[in-house]
Amino acid sequence: MGYTPELIELIKKVEKTRPERVERKKASLEFPALTLDERQARLEKYHPDYRPGGLRELKVGPSKGYALALEFADILESRSRVDPDKIDLNEVHYETDVLVIGGGGAGTAAALIAQEQGASVIICTKLRHGDANTMMAEGGIQAATKGWKDSPYYHYLDVMGGGHFENDPELVNTMVSEAPKVIAWLESLGCMFGKTDDGTLFTLHGAGTCRKRMHYAGDMTGAEIMRTIRDEARNRVKDIGVLEFSPAIELLTDGKGRCSGAVLYNLETEEYFIVKAKSVVMATGGSGRLHVQGFMTTNHYGATGDGVVMGYRLGVGVRFLHATQYHPTGAVFPEQAEGLLITEKVRGAGANIVNIDGEQFVFEREPRDIESASIIRECTTVGKGIPVPGQPGKFGVWLDSPMIDLLEGEGVVEKEFPAKFILYKRYGIDISKVPMLVYPTLHYQNGGLAYKPDGSTPVPGFYVAGEVGGGVHGANRLMGNSLLDIMVFGRLAGEAAGKFAKERDAVGELSVDHVRRFHKELEEVGIGKERVSPVVLPDYGNPDVKKRQWTTTYVGTLR
Amino acid sequence: MATAEQIQTVPEEQIQAQMAERTDLIPIFIMGKRYDVPSTLTIQKAFEFAGYQLIRGCGCRGGICGACATVYRMPGSPKIHVGLACQTVVQPNMYLAMVPFFPANRAAYQLEEIKPDVKTLLKYYPELAKCMGCNTCTKSCPMDLPVMEYISAALRGDIEKVAELSFPCVMCGICTSRCPAELSQYNIGMLCRRLTGRYIWPKAVHLQEMVAKIQSGRYQEPLKKLMTADLQTLRKLYVEREMEPHAAEEMWTPQEKQYL
Repeated sequence: MGYTPELIELIKKVEKTRPERVERKKASLEFPALTLDERQARLEKYHPDYRPGGLRELKVGPSKGYALALEFADILESRSRVDPDKIDLNEVHYETDVLVIGGGGAGTAAALIAQEQGASVIICTKLRHGDANTMMAEGGIQAATKGWKDSPYYHYLDVMGGGHFENDPELVNTMVSEAPKVIAWLESLGCMFGKTDDGTLFTLHGAGTCRKRMHYAGDMTGAEIMRTIRDEARNRVKDIGVLEFSPAIELLTDGKGRCSGAVLYNLETEEYFIVKAKSVVMATGGSGRLHVQGFMTTNHYGATGDGVVMGYRLGVGVRFLHATQYHPTGAVFPEQAEGLLITEKVRGAGANIVNIDGEQFVFEREPRDIESASIIRECTTVGKGIPVPGQPGKFGVWLDSPMIDLLEGEGVVEKEFPAKFILYKRYGIDISKVPMLVYPTLHYQNGGLAYKPDGSTPVPGFYVAGEVGGGVHGANRLMGNSLLDIMVFGRLAGEAAGKFAKERDAVGELSVDHVRRFHKELEEVGIGKERVSPVVLPDYGNPDVKKRQWTTTYVGTLR
Repeated sequence: MATAEQIQTVPEEQIQAQMAERTDLIPIFIMGKRYDVPSTLTIQKAFEFAGYQLIRGCGCRGGICGACATVYRMPGSPKIHVGLACQTVVQPNMYLAMVPFFPANRAAYQLEEIKPDVKTLLKYYPELAKCMGCNTCTKSCPMDLPVMEYISAALRGDIEKVAELSFPCVMCGICTSRCPAELSQYNIGMLCRRLTGRYIWPKAVHLQEMVAKIQSGRYQEPLKKLMTADLQTLRKLYVEREMEPHAAEEMWTPQEKQYL
């Protein structure tokens, strides 16, 4: 295994230009960044969000008239997985103060803080507790923690610039002001952020940052955060119950407009369960597995946008959902690693992006949408992409990781990127010696359900946290702000939901009338019964096998 | 068409012939049952090609969540191999099974009330003392971690060493499934990492200072100014913000200090 002879030959061109590029980097002579106007032009011409025919206006629901990616419009304009008349609301299977939907970073943080308000908590999650995009976030978490050179003021400016100044100012203010508190919280829980012997936290640049404020734990920052807070939740097992392999598929109200629980589906036994709760935190994460525009994705198996669907039916509008984030550097070779995220930290540590001739064509720390659009441009109009072996018509560009050892010292690639180093080693590729072949890959849902800084929504008792929500990142999130987002807003939503639950009287009768109303709306605009959502799991089935499943009925993608 | 002789492995010549004949299908044996799958697939994608819709045993599909621990053997060899299904490419005639869950001992503890020493480890995981140094754990780690080495460090009370060596652990649990002394190595590693992060590594002083500064309200006015600024002003401030150079020293300071 390893690179093909053709690629080995092409890598020589990268090696040839490398010494000069390393020298320039050492002298802080960066490739010129685009101006704001140039950025806009590049996006309009090359970013997938701007492709004609890629968006469609919603015909129903609170954001009627808003244009979204077709794949997203489809799941919002779908019927419930269950006929509302078949849902038996009289038999309640679980009762709790706070129900957290989603067992990733936002959900787990919410559960911990809700529990600290004295609430009993149930986390329901589609797969295992911790199986989430949080676990896969590699590069780091932003926070202005170094007062001699940085502050929330500069963090705010970076976030707004990255999001093209469209972000919700209240949310951004909250995020950057809470950021250092979140790092301190995680430190107290024993999260192993990299630091020097005197405790000074290591920080790096990310794309679009003016100060080095990316805190990290190797290239497993998300995994380290996730396993730490999950471990803490497990220590509080008396108050925080976890229902695994039990995704929520619909929300419940009390008939008076207050959110009051959810319908869960046990993926293993195929039963439905009713959870009655005084408040609900929606923290289901993103939607990469919808494969918008057919793109490969870095996302987790369960990232199918379920929370947006449920919240939308409940009456909560969406924003910035038209903007999909393509991570500039997803692996395209070897085929087995296709779509895998190569953290931006590689570029933060100094690696250039170069074309087939070993030339730089873009500053490697442009905001993600600009970087992706520039790579797509290089591989299409410019025609200087590297052909991906065995996949005619597919191209990539080089991410020149060996520069890092030359800049920072021998062994740094292996030490700072242990997970990717091991992964590539398995495929016979030493990324401290040869570059990686990459192309933009579907990475993040920039928008989602609208919410306030405390996670609240127009529906009392219904809170939103993390990637399922939209507003804080505007139309483009910067690296290191997703882990931050889920920790900040997970904690705040947990706090608000916990308090709401404590103050609320007993939940009375349960209702799914909002689903009936939504179905009626669908019928009025002529949308039939052919589509159901939430999606729950993507369909990677083999069509030949399906043809022979003579007695199997599929509801959406599930048997 | 295929014969029913599926429980037998397929001779090398026949595999070559089969690959030449129809794209690149190769035989693998999922829990003992033969399926012919493309040779370039990972074990995970081979399950899907074979017709499974994965519920257990599938998570990040990127080698970090530990959901898809897989054990396999090759014909004619007693050796048990291990891998993550999402990371391991199929090989002809491999006999495999996923181990999506394995019961493991996990202690509940109050981090703020315990000490980072060997007594704590032995209190919560007394089985630690039963380690007989067989090294099966190390040999069965799909991340190639020196598991036994960190267990030895745990026995010595070198908690920081445990944390460092176990850091890339994906908690798939194969070590635990193979351990004759019934240790839950990965949970011991988790406890040691949290002890290290909280007690052994020094606290970040600058972090506490920043939290205090925020709580004093130092940034409320500057942030309010940004929140209410018009687009033109905001763009100007953004474009003109001072960049910390890539090669700057840690203690670099910007020219503009009024918003620090």
